[in-house]
Amino acid sequence: MSILPLEVILAGVMMISLTLYALMGGADYGGGVWDLLAWGPRAKAQRELIAEAIGPIWEANHVWLILVIVVLFTGFPLAFAVIATALHIPLTLMLLGIVLRGSAFAFRTYGTKEDRTQRRWGRVFSIASLVTPLLLGTVLGAIASGQIRPKDRWVVTDFVRPWLAPFPLAVGLFALVLFAFLAAVYLTLETEDPELQEDFRRRALASAFVVGPVALLVFLLSGTGAPLIRRGLSESWWTWPLQLSTAVFATGAILALWTRRFHMARFCAAGQITLILWGWGVAQFPYLIVPDITVFNAAAPAITLRLLLAALGSGALILFPSFYYLYRIFKGQTAFKTLKDQSK
Amino acid sequence: MDDLLAARLQMAISLAFHIIFAVIGIAMPLMMVIAEWFWLRTGEEAYLMLTKRWAKGTAILFAVGAVSGTVLSFELGLLWPNFMGWAGSIIGMPFSLEGFAFFTEAIFLGIYLYGWQRVSPRMHILAGVLIALSGAASGIFVVIANAWMNTPTGFRLAEGRPVDIDPIAAMLNPAAFSQALHMILAAYAATGFAVAGIHAFLLLRDHRNLFHRRALSIALVIGGITAILQPLSGDILARTVARNQPVKLAAFEGQFRTESGAPLRIGGIPDVEAGITRYALEIPYGLSLLAFHDPRATVKGLDAVPRDQWPPVKVVHIAFQIMVAAGFAMMGVALWGGWLLWRQRAFFDSPWFLRAVTAATPLGFIAIEAGWIVTEVGRQPWIIYGIMRTAEAVTPMPGLKIPFIMFTLLYLFLATVVTWLLLHQVRESPRVVESNPQEQPRDNEYITT
Ligand code: HDD
Ligand code: HEM
Ligand code: HEM
Repeated sequence: MSILPLEVILAGVMMISLTLYALMGGADYGGGVWDLLAWGPRAKAQRELIAEAIGPIWEANHVWLILVIVVLFTGFPLAFAVIATALHIPLTLMLLGIVLRGSAFAFRTYGTKEDRTQRRWGRVFSIASLVTPLLLGTVLGAIASGQIRPKDRWVVTDFVRPWLAPFPLAVGLFALVLFAFLAAVYLTLETEDPELQEDFRRRALASAFVVGPVALLVFLLSGTGAPLIRRGLSESWWTWPLQLSTAVFATGAILALWTRRFHMARFCAAGQITLILWGWGVAQFPYLIVPDITVFNAAAPAITLRLLLAALGSGALILFPSFYYLYRIFKGQTAFKTLKDQSK
Repeated sequence: MDDLLAARLQMAISLAFHIIFAVIGIAMPLMMVIAEWFWLRTGEEAYLMLTKRWAKGTAILFAVGAVSGTVLSFELGLLWPNFMGWAGSIIGMPFSLEGFAFFTEAIFLGIYLYGWQRVSPRMHILAGVLIALSGAASGIFVVIANAWMNTPTGFRLAEGRPVDIDPIAAMLNPAAFSQALHMILAAYAATGFAVAGIHAFLLLRDHRNLFHRRALSIALVIGGITAILQPLSGDILARTVARNQPVKLAAFEGQFRTESGAPLRIGGIPDVEAGITRYALEIPYGLSLLAFHDPRATVKGLDAVPRDQWPPVKVVHIAFQIMVAAGFAMMGVALWGGWLLWRQRAFFDSPWFLRAVTAATPLGFIAIEAGWIVTEVGRQPWIIYGIMRTAEAVTPMPGLKIPFIMFTLLYLFLATVVTWLLLHQVRESPRVVESNPQEQPRDNEYITT
């Protein structure tokens, strides 16, 4: 019936959810970073803009992560078991970050409006927003590094070495700067105030110039840190097209920011991050955990995969229109303006 | 403390914390929607204020519910990787469906909370209805997964591994329906009573405040109807347990010996060493009658299985007594309220009734926590009843004490903050008085937002 094996389709669905989580939820974390770094005469206005921008949507954006987890443990239970065992420590720390970020944000929004309390929750929110993507990236880096080796069925030997290493930590840093970059780009479109817009334009440009060196660092460390990914990213037939188009999007984002074409900048930034993730994903394929666990040897029985895909398919029919509606209501002026302009 | 105990306690704390928010997330949207519907129908200001107040409380609680739920999805693997590796492909389905319920809930909650000015009134209330429906759906799906741990079906064992997996059959396991029904009713009963209790308390001090009168009526009708149904659904559930998990039922009842015509024990303290339950009020034939609808039916006792398969009897029995006692107390209050309505008297005209409702404020939540202790501790030593032991499922990760302590402290802290915020909100509740429509509510900030 289908051209691709079910396992591969399901892995693709996970990649899509992960990408959407990065593009939507990632930007919410990035917002927290800019909350922490808010400075200058408009620091308060910056913080308010960030809170307004993520308020209505962060909970929905967050569910993409839950979807990744649920698909992983239903479709690839063995991989879930191994990851959760080997990376217990960073995952637990990441959870603390997630809990503190979400609750602090809600407490700040709905709590007393007293300045001191507001600032305190704001601080918790922003620090947690900084730590969480760092750990998320670290976990992804560790999975790719080839250091997680299951023995027999599920037993893993070391709980620290696989993730507390230069390569995973560099990936964590990379995730953090990418999310901050993305958030700054998005935020240029969240305000009518030209000064605020300018603030975030400058932040977006600055972080765009940090993304480059960090990307290079990750690439260099991958030589020993994640040889499989390195080989995928540098020696496959698709290497050059991929690297080239990522570079085009990255430069495009910078140029668009420079010339204040913010819709264009957002498009390019999102494209850049999508390409980075998919480049990585394809390089790692078919491994879920390098080098022992693949989408094939960890897959659940076919009937589970089929049912899961059917559920995901019908769920998507409800989900995407609802998401579109949510974004149209709250991001209507910005997210769909280009669409509307074109259809006029 | 060994690692297994730390893992069990961490799971227990995380779930006990999450369930409070989850339950409110199931029931509160329904009450909000009803209040909003009355507002649209009557144009009475008190209903609008009520809707906005309830929505604000729900927003805080929902956020904490969402993040603590995220912790749980990870903890299934962090603490019980062997369980998830074994069972993920069997019970992943309800969790996946739950995922879509979460999406729907979170999306429309965003619209509901932030969209007062941006969508039409009709769309707004529809968003509320969708939140209420998807909240109930998430509760049902996750309880189905839990029911499977109690009555595992939908696979065959071959050399200790599951084969011939059928995820649909797993979802339709024997306990799924009765457990989900009991849980959903519990959510409405507990939230309804908690909210009614707060407003009853405030009405005792400010009798004419319409805001509280409206709130009390809505909450009490929801809580009352479900509280009356709850013991019935509990009976259905108990009979499911009697059929599928006889040892667990024996622990509920402190039934050490297998006997026919077993008595129902009310209260009492099981003495595990001596194998008897002391100080209980015994109703002859009661248990046989309740569990099997036959006074002579044989009820299996704990002695039917080796000692190493007994759950902690004392905890389970006492928790069960607490739940049932709370359940009957709530039903009593609900019937009293029904009687008042029957006599065509308003709830708020009887101060003694208001006092009773106030006293019942925490009962539903106490029953829920106790009920889950009954279910989960009663399942021990099994994580999958009769198939996999909890001890086999736990992660090899050492030092589990540390995350357990961390999460406990974090949740204590969050619970304190949430309680404080809600108390603050209650203290500032608005005042609307019927006899003088000119009198402005003390704070009308929410009418304009
Ligand atoms: C408002 C809350 C509430 C109230 C008033 C009651 N229960 Fe309950 N009960 C629950 C809330 C709850 C619960 C927390 O929701 C549980 C835990 C697991 C579940 O599915 O429901 C539960 C579990 C539970 C179980 C265990 C099922 C199992 O182990 O699988 C039984 C036998 C009963 N209940 C029976 C009763 C009876 C006979 C009640 C009579 C008054 C009663 N419950 C009142
Ligand atoms: C939200 C309400 C719930 C509460 C308060 C609760 C409570 C508990 C408690 C007290 C334990 C520890 C039992 C012991 O080890 O003695 C436990 C264990 C556990 N529960 Fe629940 N539970 C709830 C719902 C669920 C649901 C819906 C699931 C799964 C779908 C679940 C899965 C587990 C697992 C996997 C364990 C660990 C293994 C075990 O101890 O058997 N629980 N829970
Ligand atoms: C009987 C037990 C449970 C019930 C009734 C329940 C119900 C709910 C509800 C209604 C929500 C919506 C959020 C809210 O209103 O606060 C929620 C959130 C959540 N629950 Fe639970 N839950 C239970 C146990 C669990 C367990 C065992 C898990 C994980 C294994 C879990 C995972 C989640 C997740 C991931 C969320 C967040 C969804 C979001 O971001 O909106 N829940 N739960």
